[in-house]
Amino acid sequence: MTDTKTIPCSEAVRQLWDYLDHAIPPEDQEKVEKHLSFCRRCCGELEFAKEMRAFLAGSTVEEIPPHVKERLERFVEGL
Amino acid sequence: MRRSVIEMSEVDIRDRTKEDFQELVLAELPALYSLARRLVRDGAEDLVQEALLQAFRSFGTLKEDAAARRWLKTILVNVFRDQLRKRSRTVDERPIGDLSDFSLYRTLVDEDPFPYSDTLHADFLQVFDSEDLREVLIRLPDIYRIPLVLRYIDGFATKEIARLMGAPLGTTLARLHRGRRLFEREMWAYAREAGLLTKER
Repeated sequence: MTDTKTIPCSEAVRQLWDYLDHAIPPEDQEKVEKHLSFCRRCCGELEFAKEMRAFLAGSTVEEIPPHVKERLERFVEGL
Repeated sequence: MRRSVIEMSEVDIRDRTKEDFQELVLAELPALYSLARRLVRDGAEDLVQEALLQAFRSFGTLKEDAAARRWLKTILVNVFRDQLRKRSRTVDERPIGDLSDFSLYRTLVDEDPFPYSDTLHADFLQVFDSEDLREVLIRLPDIYRIPLVLRYIDGFATKEIARLMGAPLGTTLARLHRGRRLFEREMWAYAREAGLLTKER
């Protein structure tokens, strides 16, 4: 039988990123969902977690300073 | 003297492989350099160069060109991990204080750094440019920074990170959890110290 006992905010917040990653067992996923269904503050935490993840994922590639690019290109061409 | 067919094909394969390698990696230099800069405070160039050398030596293990970026990043992380192991035999377990109560979401609500904003949390993230983000990441101990960067910026799966770092999956998940909390705490501290929350910026 699935344990659908409610969890406190601290526990829900602790698991939010893993919840978004589907990295927790289905029963824990269900507990977080249940908590979110009635807790407005944790819904805010969830939205912020999504924004933070998008912020990090969107920051992948920077430009290389020209002198570094030149050095690395020379290295590759000299292999 | 004419070369044999075998000699010619060996030369052609070697030449083509080298050209293919150059073409592939030159396109990936920005991604590699960016990853290296998030992993080390100094010496990103040297780290990329060592990774390129290792990649060239094992170019034959790349099955599909489409997987080149991930393959190169994996090599770079392996080189970095080996450098860390050589530098220190002990894991950097600096005390980071009690993180259990910290929530950046709640801190922003309580402190309200942008009183006229309707999108407080999104606005907070927008004050960080790529250099600010790097400064925050570099403040974190390696054991927290590496999984965080690989998982949430470079998109590695948690299992892959555990394998790369030679740590059990549970340990990696715990480090990701603490790393996220620590990262958020440091974002808040950095934003205040660097004046990112003032209008004058």
